[in-house]
Amino acid sequence: MSILDSKIPEGHISQKWTDYKDHLRLVAPNNRPKIDIIVVGTGLAGASAAASLGEMGYNVKAFCFQDSPRRAHSIAAQGGINAAKNYQNDGDSVYRLFYDTIKGGDYRAREANVHRLAEVSGNIIDQCVAQGVPFAREYGGLLDNRSFGGTQVQRTFYAAGQTGQQLLLGAYSALSRQIGLGNVQMYNRHEMLDLVKVDGKARGIIARNLITGEIERHSAHAVIIASGGYGNVYFLSTNAMGSNVTAAWKAHKRGAYFANPCYVQIHPTCIPVHGTNQSKLTLMSESLRNSGRIWVPKKKEDAEAIRAGQLKPTQIAEEDRDYYLERRYPAFGNLVPRDVASRAAKERCDAGFGIEANETQEGVYLDFSSEIISKGKQAAYAAGNHNPSDEEVIALGKKWVESKYGNLFQMYEKITDENPYETPMKIYPAVHYTMGGVWVDYNLQSTIPGCFVAGEANFSDHGANRLGASALMQGLADGYFVLPYTVSDYLAGDIRTGKISIDSPEFLEAENNVKEMISKFMNNNGSRTVDHFHKRLGHIMWNKVGMARNAQGLTEAIAEIAALREEFYKDVFVPGDANELNPELEKALRVADFMELGQLMARDALQRNESCGGHFREEYQDAEGETLRDDENFKFAGAWEYAGMDINQSILHKEELKYEFIKIAARNYK
Amino acid sequence: MASKTININLKIWRQKNANSKGSMETYKLDNVSTDSSFLEMLDQLNEQLVNERQEPIAFDHDCREGICGMCSLYINGEAHGPDRAITTCQLHMRKFKDGETIYVEPWRAKAFPVIKDLVVDRSAFDRIQQAGGFVSVNTSGRTMDANAIPIGKAEADKAFEAATCIGCGACVASCVNASAMLFVSAKVSQLALLPQGQVEAHQRVLNMVKQMDEEGFGNCTNTGACAVECPKEISLENIARMNREYFRAMVTAE
Ligand SMILES: Cc1cc2nc3c(=O)[nH]c(=O)nc-3n(C[C@H](O)[C@H](O)[C@H](O)COP(=O)(O)OP(=O)(O)OC[C@H]3O[C@@H](n4cnc5c(N)ncnc54)[C@H](O)[C@@H]3O)c2cc1C
Ligand code: SF4
Ligand code: FES
Repeated sequence: MSILDSKIPEGHISQKWTDYKDHLRLVAPNNRPKIDIIVVGTGLAGASAAASLGEMGYNVKAFCFQDSPRRAHSIAAQGGINAAKNYQNDGDSVYRLFYDTIKGGDYRAREANVHRLAEVSGNIIDQCVAQGVPFAREYGGLLDNRSFGGTQVQRTFYAAGQTGQQLLLGAYSALSRQIGLGNVQMYNRHEMLDLVKVDGKARGIIARNLITGEIERHSAHAVIIASGGYGNVYFLSTNAMGSNVTAAWKAHKRGAYFANPCYVQIHPTCIPVHGTNQSKLTLMSESLRNSGRIWVPKKKEDAEAIRAGQLKPTQIAEEDRDYYLERRYPAFGNLVPRDVASRAAKERCDAGFGIEANETQEGVYLDFSSEIISKGKQAAYAAGNHNPSDEEVIALGKKWVESKYGNLFQMYEKITDENPYETPMKIYPAVHYTMGGVWVDYNLQSTIPGCFVAGEANFSDHGANRLGASALMQGLADGYFVLPYTVSDYLAGDIRTGKISIDSPEFLEAENNVKEMISKFMNNNGSRTVDHFHKRLGHIMWNKVGMARNAQGLTEAIAEIAALREEFYKDVFVPGDANELNPELEKALRVADFMELGQLMARDALQRNESCGGHFREEYQDAEGETLRDDENFKFAGAWEYAGMDINQSILHKEELKYEFIKIAARNYK
Repeated sequence: MASKTININLKIWRQKNANSKGSMETYKLDNVSTDSSFLEMLDQLNEQLVNERQEPIAFDHDCREGICGMCSLYINGEAHGPDRAITTCQLHMRKFKDGETIYVEPWRAKAFPVIKDLVVDRSAFDRIQQAGGFVSVNTSGRTMDANAIPIGKAEADKAFEAATCIGCGACVASCVNASAMLFVSAKVSQLALLPQGQVEAHQRVLNMVKQMDEEGFGNCTNTGACAVECPKEISLENIARMNREYFRAMVTAE
């Protein structure tokens, strides 16, 4: 097996990035306008990269499939962004953020990358404030913080429940400025459908103009892919409808290894599924676990009565409630990491204590009543009322909750028609984030020279489980503070190359490849819709490659997806015309890639004979149901090489993970 | 949740492309769960159409949770439909009655040409932002510490409220003049309220207003319809603030 070169620099962990950066090659300002860079994606990672590189003077072309770069899925992030500022003086530091992230990822992430992330985290907040991002503030005018899961400090910066929106609009404003100055050309409503390699290097992309259907060739000296995560392989997830794996997958098919595809984050607090026509799942931010307590009834009869509509949660006495996270994990309580919280919810529901009256009977409560009372009391005292009535306390408490989480409560009420100020929220885990992605080295370069991958699309920093509020941090770190250096270093070798021609046989081959695929779908004349197949794929994935996996289920999943894929190509029907706006065609092209990815995820999960982070193999758990890692045999990142349509032929390469600065230990939140 | 199903009639605007003439078409859809969102109802209709080998209805959407601003739709004569403080993707079918006829049209404004069916081109909004909707600070990370300038909570909260605009365009679609004042004023206000944005506040408002006029949006005559339909409840106060900023900038420019 080949050795993947992660290109981790020598030196002490706290000096690696500084020293390395000082010795990277540069491109002089007068040479930059002669160099073209393509950025696919305008989420936090893509928008920040495009803005920064445009500002440096490179010729940047940015792409997104939405009608505006501001609508990238990062906009939906709710809870917050981490940074090791230690403004709260509760013992935080770069080292602690580094340590928490490695531990949270269940010791399956690369030390050097994670340390760099922690190092630049503070700059992100400085940068955003300078751009006019309106983070939440305290009365003294300084920035406020909250806690997220898997940590014991308050390092999360936020803007109510719309942190992603505010950060993305900040990056979008920087991007807009560069578009206005002519340094970045923006291609909205364009979808990348292939990567073009010339002499082994990434030199361009093939994109479809989603309005005219035109297939376009775009060349560049380097290509950055920041196309987000692949959670929609499950059909139902908290991702936006258009989120997809296509850009990353096309790079994979052209030679970029795809790492740890089986690492999927199932988020514990989402609104439960309501019916078969449901198109997506809605997240209720992790920040709610700062104030909400999770419980199910202690008695099975009570759970049954609730499902039958005979009992209300507010009628269950305190002593009849099982606050199972507080019971099992007293040290972290409701703020255990996501994978732990999700599995605990599944465990209770599988045991018959679920409270939702839907087909699956899955659901638990997230209850704010304790917080309403405690915050209400505080507010009354602060206002000089030392003997408040219960009503006064509750009214003040509700007001406090509204100021912190108002938009989330409103969102919940609109969807469920229930008032979460009066009755606990019903929640259940749902697919949310994908830690796996395109394998990249320390420079964020894939195994294809000149093809860089950033944000959720790469596998870089979160190991087997991502901590809350760390994806936003990673996206902006990659785009603002890492890629501008490492991409320049790569491009220093290209100052004499000159414009890359789009008339080469390689561009022609890639374009024909795309056109062939499109005409295959348009002329297929099958009998079923794309969604029909996507839902069936999602069903297999959720049941067999979901929150708990085992060898038998995974083996079945691989075969079932292969069969489904064959059926899909034979029987899918795509209406309309390829030369116009055609959402069904867009979906068909994406689902085709999801099918291949789904198989690879199952294969990856099957080879990993251990449980770690979001990857839970039922065969590998201890007596208390906690994950059993196998560091001797699986302390590696699994990077897959594509070897043709038959995913069973894909080849696994291993990057051994070395822990030089952190002592690897069992993950304990008790 | 009291889940039930209803049967509805739909009158929906169909238009092949920007150059063709459109018309309202009639559809019947049965067994719509009242727990479905409005867009899930359209998914269901599209599934039915595709199964009947007809072309599905094109509409914009992405996040489906009220934050990306991609969804639009003029439903029964109101932008984002009958409910308040929500986007179309957050509208639920429990707001409609069994047997009801629902009218669905695209945003109508000169500056938002129809691309197909219910999909319109809102890139004019992007161009307004490119004209000045930013603070001219480079992304070096070498700025000052984030806590170097304290900002009063009240001002910070107001800036945040203005910044929650999702750029959906409902304000324009609801306005008899197709004015973009609420949208533009939200960005101008956010940055004018923060010390980081104040440095270039005058140039910003002049540039953004100029671009807004060039894009063909109409004048504001203070009808207030925009704020009523705005899913994020962006306040009319922002328009007043922008007018003040604009006049101040005009005076200093002279
Ligand atoms: C509901 C929700 C809440 C979240 N809350 C938080 C939080 O509080 N804190 C946190 O840290 N993280 C959070 N996350 C995770 C975080 O939001 C994402 O991981 C992160 O924003 C991803 O950013 P990105 O730049 O990598 O990709 P995205 O923002 O997904 O952007 C992808 C971009 O790629 C483009 N694109 C994709 N495919 C193509 C193609 N083929 N051709 C052209 N363009 C393409 C899209 O148009 C888009 O511009 C949340 C996620 C969800 C779903
Ligand atoms: S001001 Fe309101 S209606 Fe107008 S674009 Fe912003 S959010 Fe939409
Ligand atoms: S689809 Fe994003 S706001 Fe409606």
